[in-house]
Amino acid sequence: MIELKKVTKKFDTGKAVLTAVDEVDLSISDGEIFGIIGYSGAGKSTLIRLLNGLEKPTSGTVEINGQTITAIKGGELRKARQKVSMIFQHFNLLWSRTVKENIEFPLEIAGVSKAQRGKRVQELIELVGLTGRENAYPSELSGGQKQRVGIARALANDPEVLLCDEATSALDPETTDAILDLLVDINKRLGLTIVLITHEMHVIRKICHRVAVMEGGRVVELGDVLNVFQSPKEEITKRFVAQVTDSGDSQETIKHLRELYPTGELVKLVFVGDQTEQPILTKLIRSHSVEVNIVQGNISHTQRGAYGTLILQLKGSAAEIEEALAFLRLEDVQAEVMDND
Amino acid sequence: MIESLFPNVDWDSMWEATLETLYMTTISTLFTFIIGLALGILLFLTAPKQLWANKVVNWLTGAFVNVFRSIPFIILIILLIPLTLLLMGTIRGPNAALPALIIGSAPFYARMVLIALKEIDKGVIEAARSMGATTGTIIWKVLLPESKPALISGITVTAIALVGYTAMAGIIGAGGLGTLAFLDGFQRSREDVTLMATILILIIVFIIQYIGDLVTIKADKR
Repeated sequence: MIELKKVTKKFDTGKAVLTAVDEVDLSISDGEIFGIIGYSGAGKSTLIRLLNGLEKPTSGTVEINGQTITAIKGGELRKARQKVSMIFQHFNLLWSRTVKENIEFPLEIAGVSKAQRGKRVQELIELVGLTGRENAYPSELSGGQKQRVGIARALANDPEVLLCDEATSALDPETTDAILDLLVDINKRLGLTIVLITHEMHVIRKICHRVAVMEGGRVVELGDVLNVFQSPKEEITKRFVAQVTDSGDSQETIKHLRELYPTGELVKLVFVGDQTEQPILTKLIRSHSVEVNIVQGNISHTQRGAYGTLILQLKGSAAEIEEALAFLRLEDVQAEVMDND
Repeated sequence: MIESLFPNVDWDSMWEATLETLYMTTISTLFTFIIGLALGILLFLTAPKQLWANKVVNWLTGAFVNVFRSIPFIILIILLIPLTLLLMGTIRGPNAALPALIIGSAPFYARMVLIALKEIDKGVIEAARSMGATTGTIIWKVLLPESKPALISGITVTAIALVGYTAMAGIIGAGGLGTLAFLDGFQRSREDVTLMATILILIIVFIIQYIGDLVTIKADKR
């Protein structure tokens, strides 16, 4: 359990005081994958560093599993950091050490004996899928492999929380997905709480359970990933959601679709969770006389289930279309007619 | 053949002078390395936003380094005569040259250490902190290994400068190839002695550079 209470962090830049984190309250449960999204400068990097005491808040408290991180220092804080480990955008491996030695580093810090270190390192190398690369230097690894070393290193001392600082932002899309899969796997296998910050909605959609949207140091929106994707409230959230789904909401798109499909009505359907697996369209076509044409659609999978949008062209009399819409609403599908203005 | 090219060279004293030069260079390089490293690390860690950020200590260390780095070596030797007498009990011979050699070159090396440490990716220091490393661990296991190639090439340059300084120290009678070239060669107009001493100094410099380059390359896994 991670609890942030009224956490504020101000930086004195000499000329002005910058509020990087502004009265943030957050509560993250054990075993959760919690995402924090925001553009650069939103304060998310500072926020994640408050969790392991790399930054001290100006006011407010951070509590992790009953321990108040903001109140401890010195040896006690260093001990606590072994249970709240971190991976980084640029991996931050020691180039002077091999893969094996890099993973060994946190174990050396924790004072683990040499024999045990060797054993643990082997387990970790297998866990992250780097068998055979033990004696390579970071310079001989690809970005994805480097991040695997980073993850193995972070897991070495059996942490309770893993902090991910833009862990996939320096990787190509394919590698990003492989690393994200590994994180989900670790979360399930070890029951570890993961807190990640990112500017990519793709990362949130693919692995997070809940998401907080940050802007100007504040958490402006917070909720279940599926809910946030389905009905984003804030303007900034809508923009992040649009990163991964062209839901056809923009005026441009509507106008364009209207030109392509001038007849009938264009209807946008939003499916959430189980509905995505139901043959709703088949039912609609079988039971109604209206003509159905699929114009555009996509389904996204999140950790909390799938959600999708589908744009249909319905042709028929006004009454027939009205009946079809009523049927869809009865099936619990959000259906709205896309207006042309 | 060599005898005819260098008729005035007394090979025994030439060899003895070479050993003295090597002795002065080795001992002073060793101490310069240790003191310079300590000063460089202190300069680095006490700088603003670093682990031991401390304006006063940083300013004092910086001032010490700058002052001793700026005094011309030949003047430094003279200025340090009282200290040398106190530490070594004499102001002649190879041992007497050591305090001036070390005090003259350690600040120079400290600057190089500082540059080397500044080159280290801040991220790896942050990563070590996030793992719960103490500052001691960060110094020994992050700062030093991660800047090793630059530290080695820096001490190579410093050692070569020290060979030059030992020759200069020869003017005040420190012994070594510098003294030989000055007293036996220049003052007695025996150009062949001066030439031979120069050749030997060049050989020493080349060997140091060669070893330094080799070790630097071997240490660099980037």
